[in-house]
Amino acid sequence: MRPVIFVLSFIAVMGLGFWAYREHYQTRDALRELTGLQNEIADLREALALQRAEWAYLNRPDRLRELSALNFDRLGLLPLEAAQFGEIATVSSPPPDLPADLGAPGIDNPVSVSGEIAPESEAP
Amino acid sequence: MTRTPLRPLARILQARARGENPDTIERENLRLRHEKMRDKARARAEVRLLILGLAFFSAFTVIGARMGLLASTQPEEPRAAAPGAEILAQRADITDRNGRILATNMLTHALYAHPRDMIDPDRVAQELVKVFPDMDAADLQRRFTDGRRFLWLRRTLSPEQMQAVHDIGDPGLLFGPREMRLYPNGALAAHVLGGASFGNEGVHSAEVIGTAGIEKALDDRLRDPAQAGTPLQLSLDLTVQAALEEVLSAGRTMMSARGAAAVVMDVNTGQIVAMASLPDFDPNDRPNPVLAKDAEPGDSPLFNRAVQGVYELGSTFKIFAAAQAMELGLVNPDTMVDANAPMVWGKHKIKEFQNKNYGPLLSVTDVIAKSSNVGTAHIALMIGGLRQQAFLKSLGFFEATPVELVEARTGRPLLPKKWADIVTITTSYGHGMSASPLHLAAAYATIANGGEKVSPTLLHSENPQPGPRVLSEKVARDSVMMLRRGVTHGTASLADVEGYEVAGKTGTADKPKRTGGYYKDKVINTFASVFPASDPQYVVLVTLDEPVDTTGPEPRRTAGWTSVPVAAEITRRIAPLLNVRPVVEDQAVTAVSAVHN
Repeated sequence: MRPVIFVLSFIAVMGLGFWAYREHYQTRDALRELTGLQNEIADLREALALQRAEWAYLNRPDRLRELSALNFDRLGLLPLEAAQFGEIATVSSPPPDLPADLGAPGIDNPVSVSGEIAPESEAP
Repeated sequence: MTRTPLRPLARILQARARGENPDTIERENLRLRHEKMRDKARARAEVRLLILGLAFFSAFTVIGARMGLLASTQPEEPRAAAPGAEILAQRADITDRNGRILATNMLTHALYAHPRDMIDPDRVAQELVKVFPDMDAADLQRRFTDGRRFLWLRRTLSPEQMQAVHDIGDPGLLFGPREMRLYPNGALAAHVLGGASFGNEGVHSAEVIGTAGIEKALDDRLRDPAQAGTPLQLSLDLTVQAALEEVLSAGRTMMSARGAAAVVMDVNTGQIVAMASLPDFDPNDRPNPVLAKDAEPGDSPLFNRAVQGVYELGSTFKIFAAAQAMELGLVNPDTMVDANAPMVWGKHKIKEFQNKNYGPLLSVTDVIAKSSNVGTAHIALMIGGLRQQAFLKSLGFFEATPVELVEARTGRPLLPKKWADIVTITTSYGHGMSASPLHLAAAYATIANGGEKVSPTLLHSENPQPGPRVLSEKVARDSVMMLRRGVTHGTASLADVEGYEVAGKTGTADKPKRTGGYYKDKVINTFASVFPASDPQYVVLVTLDEPVDTTGPEPRRTAGWTSVPVAAEITRRIAPLLNVRPVVEDQAVTAVSAVHN
């Protein structure tokens, strides 16, 4: 009985050792990958900060003002004025999009249909 | 170890034979045994103490060594770690109320040299001068060869310059990472932001510290690592600020003014939406001007006229006397007061502008609308000096403004030492005491919001706390209506912006000479206004230093011709940006009439 236990425990030690070896190397790989990713994230953050700064720089009011002056003949941008405020009630809403034949003379017996339309007949 | 029995039979028998008590032998043996046990226990305890002592010693040694190591290593720029670390910047960004960036950080590099590692110092000096034309080749050469180990060459580099230095290819030229402060909008809001520079500098890192403005006033908040990820949100609005500076700068040029300042403030919260002072500067490249000896401090572009500049603000103060008299129940808007000019008080003579006489009697509303010095003086005398001081104090005129700028402390109002009756009179129309434009804007905001005191602030806050009540709502409303009349029927008629019901008061004050007395033809023109009068939301205040309007046959120096049109243009531009809907005012009946057919 005893030798069997010895052999079994020896095999167990070997197995665990192999498992620990593989785990160790996997952990190291993961850590290396993590460091790489962290560096990448840091670089991207840096780039992001720089791009934000550049966005703010390119959108600075001075530059936009100059650009709108340069492109005045195309865009015609002028400062907002009080007269440009309006009431929603004064805006004439567009006529509703109705099918041309709806309400046309001649239809005096509308039919109501229920049920599913066959999918292939729905194709245009 | 053999254990000796406590009662060895041989000795007991002997003792019995001698007639002694055998118990003494047992006790003796017991004593010896206890002594042995004690010695053993002590020895073991000593060993334990020694081990414990060693453990403590090595633990403290490790901690001490680690501390020493940390203290002696060079600081490094922080690197972003993955989990949730927004901390790349060591200094928080500053944004406007809508989150647009006013100040941020940029990673760049500093250039330094190790001359001993240089292969060819002469060539390096020549090449460096090609990249940086402001450097001197001979001087560089001397410094590279005088035996020093280390020298700084440049605090910040652009990427192109860095590449050019790389291309020189000398191992003695080295780069250190630097985080620099960037103000992408250039000179916009320069006086509010102030500027930043490097503090302690090392090879791998440098402190960025605020040098002026809000950067210095809130330096601790901006450098707090716990809050580095959350930007500091100001109450400024970038677009409003840009429009304000554009109009103010044009106005300053048109009126040939020496300087100008303007403030736009939310009347309910005291939040400053825009604030400008001209001349200004670029905080990215903060100048260090040397002023001539006889120059005014305001001539420096660094001087914030809106906060630091204390001026006699002239007739803009009249509304305070009128409002206080109404609050005390002494007058109402229609009460007639004595306005017979000139008024003689002791050896002083109080006159009106251009020696006019609006008297003998004038209603309080017209005193404000026509800007009568004499009328205001009589109202002030009704109030009395003590109550006048208390009221001005409650409006914040007796101390520096609490705004979050390091310069605010220097903008302390100048008050007369003794408050005699003549001071009561002159203060009522804004002479004799000086305050900053920001003081005045806060006081007008207090009147405009219905009488609750506001403290000017630059920080954006969603739920501001209302201040103590200074005026009753009715008096505040009546005061705004008086100011409105000053625009529709009075001195500020050019301020009437269609749709925005501007209410305001002009102020023209002679400039005091440094040697005493006043200049004849140098004035400070102020226009303080609120809009819209029916439901005031914003204060617009414009101050021009030594303006003159030359469009007429003779030069005009009253605020009605200089500050008022500038303020009107500012209101016209910013009101739509601030989303204030124009008010449809009562229009004259048109020619069309309803006809039945």
